[in-house]
Amino acid sequence: METSVQNAIRELAAERFAQLGWPTPQLEEWRYTNLAAVQKVAWRTEETPAPVDLPSTLASRAAIELVFVNGRLSGNPAGWPAGVQVAGSDTTIADWDRNAMVALNLANSQDGATIKVADQAIVDGFIHLLFVGSGDGIWSHPRNVITVGRHAQVTIVETYVGNGSYFTNALTEITAAEGAVVDHYRVQFESPSAFHVGNVYIRQERAASVTSRAIALGSALARSETHVALAGEGATISLDGLFVGTGSQHLDNQTVIDHIHPHCESYELYKGVLDEKARGIFDGRIIVRPGAQKTVSRQENRNLLLSETAIVDSKPTLEIHNDDVKCNHGSTIGQIEQEPLFYLRSRGIGEEEARSLLIHAFASEIVDRMKIEPVREQVRRQMFRAMPERLPERRGSSR
Amino acid sequence: MQGLKRMLEIKNLFAGIEGKEILKGLTLRVNPGEVHAIMGPNGSGKSTLANVLAGRPRYEVTSGEVRFEGKDLLELPPEERAREGVFLAMQYPVEIPGVNNIYFLKSAYNAMRKHRGEEELDAIEFLQLVREKMKLVELDEAFMNRGVNEGFSGGEKKRNEIFQMAVLDPKLAILDETDSGLDIDALRIVATGVNMLRNERHAVLVITHYQRLLRYLVPDYVHVLSEGRIVKSGGKELAEELEQKGYDWIEEEAAAAR
Repeated sequence: METSVQNAIRELAAERFAQLGWPTPQLEEWRYTNLAAVQKVAWRTEETPAPVDLPSTLASRAAIELVFVNGRLSGNPAGWPAGVQVAGSDTTIADWDRNAMVALNLANSQDGATIKVADQAIVDGFIHLLFVGSGDGIWSHPRNVITVGRHAQVTIVETYVGNGSYFTNALTEITAAEGAVVDHYRVQFESPSAFHVGNVYIRQERAASVTSRAIALGSALARSETHVALAGEGATISLDGLFVGTGSQHLDNQTVIDHIHPHCESYELYKGVLDEKARGIFDGRIIVRPGAQKTVSRQENRNLLLSETAIVDSKPTLEIHNDDVKCNHGSTIGQIEQEPLFYLRSRGIGEEEARSLLIHAFASEIVDRMKIEPVREQVRRQMFRAMPERLPERRGSSR
Repeated sequence: MQGLKRMLEIKNLFAGIEGKEILKGLTLRVNPGEVHAIMGPNGSGKSTLANVLAGRPRYEVTSGEVRFEGKDLLELPPEERAREGVFLAMQYPVEIPGVNNIYFLKSAYNAMRKHRGEEELDAIEFLQLVREKMKLVELDEAFMNRGVNEGFSGGEKKRNEIFQMAVLDPKLAILDETDSGLDIDALRIVATGVNMLRNERHAVLVITHYQRLLRYLVPDYVHVLSEGRIVKSGGKELAEELEQKGYDWIEEEAAAAR
């Protein structure tokens, strides 16, 4: 049920989107990505989606799973975990004034999870939000609003999958109150002909600790944005990213971490693997405000190119307005290294398998530290599928 | 006439790297059951020989021939040389984070079995084999679940090479300065690993700068390499002579003979 306040946001956002228009490569933060192909489709929403297969369901493993088909909640989830309630949301922390895709989402917002975790509540296991796109010419605008109370703890996994040429324009807002601990996963396995834009806005109060992981394996064109406001002393954010592209996939990753208060820490590692004619982008901005002394920030982007025609653009940026900080950032673009490759081959492992082991090893730094085993396994499987020649299924893993 | 089947036959080998010729007419024959030591000063071509035999990229053979059990070794990619039974214990084993040690070794082991038309070992059978060999090199089992050589000390890396050698059971083991930088305990372990291969099915080529290792691992033949050629061959007593007198006298001798 929508309140009139929500309707007010909707109308204002629609107005704002009409003013802003679709983002174009003339905008600095969109210089690598052109949405012309998305813009020209006459997208429609589907009000009552047909049931679909759910190969990515984690219903048996999750504390609770919510399934959304083309933006609409499918079925009635039962048995919310203790300390969690589904609440309406009449405000937003996302920047719909500047971010056109956020305005577009709010103007068209459909179902999504609006989750409130009570103060002190420790939610066991993980909450799975499964978004399924189905059919051609359909767009969906799911919006998730996650509010985590003081010293509460929760793990939330968003998975995006589907079939067809649809367009997902998702928005997730996470507010972590004082001392809250949040582990957030966004796993994008969209259909190869789909478009995906996903905006995540995170706001952290004092000593809140958030990890947000963005895995991008699917879509013809995908844009992931993560905006973090460290809005209380001693807050910590970790951003992990992995993008694996093949064919002519275009995978754009944008992150902004805003250090507003003192003693906050940010740790960011994004890794890209690009084959064939795929293109990957990492554009990461770290802002340290004048009042944010004792900031610790580490940002790293590492990329592996597997073909002559794959492209990566890496643009780490630091904007530091305080002297008393410890910040470093770096970016590398490389190919499979010859020394490890020779070492493996010299022990009898064939070249293709050796390459596959090394690609896997490169990605494993991100995959291995994902704490939820079934999600880790899904990511590994999807990687094998994305690159069937390079990544034969591992048998009898000894890990 | 030999009653023995030759294992390795190197004939007049010229090879180098990046256009620089390092081996200049090297000839060597190794029969099953023999342990050969190749000694020589820095820059004489010892490591080039090891790398050329293992098929390391960027090394180029300009002329000459290498036959392994009658097959043209130089025609084969590195993995096929390994599957045929050639093993190189590297001078500087590389760290490969993210590739699990035991998984890597099992892939290697099963690739060899497959090559021989044998059934692959399952995880449990393989683990039994590994545990047995691990004792031999005194490596802790915890090492097995780390990345390949990841965070290993110099000595641990070398022991891992010997451990891999023990598991893969090659016909021809080439040790490229495996002894350099090792303490006496590690040296003893390397020697134990090599002595295990000491039988009529195996042969070993020990490349070393020092005579130290050869006290524990007594070679059947010692060859001195100088400027890319073997300039002197002898029995184990040659190594002792080199230890006492250095390499200069041999180089002088070789120069005089030219």
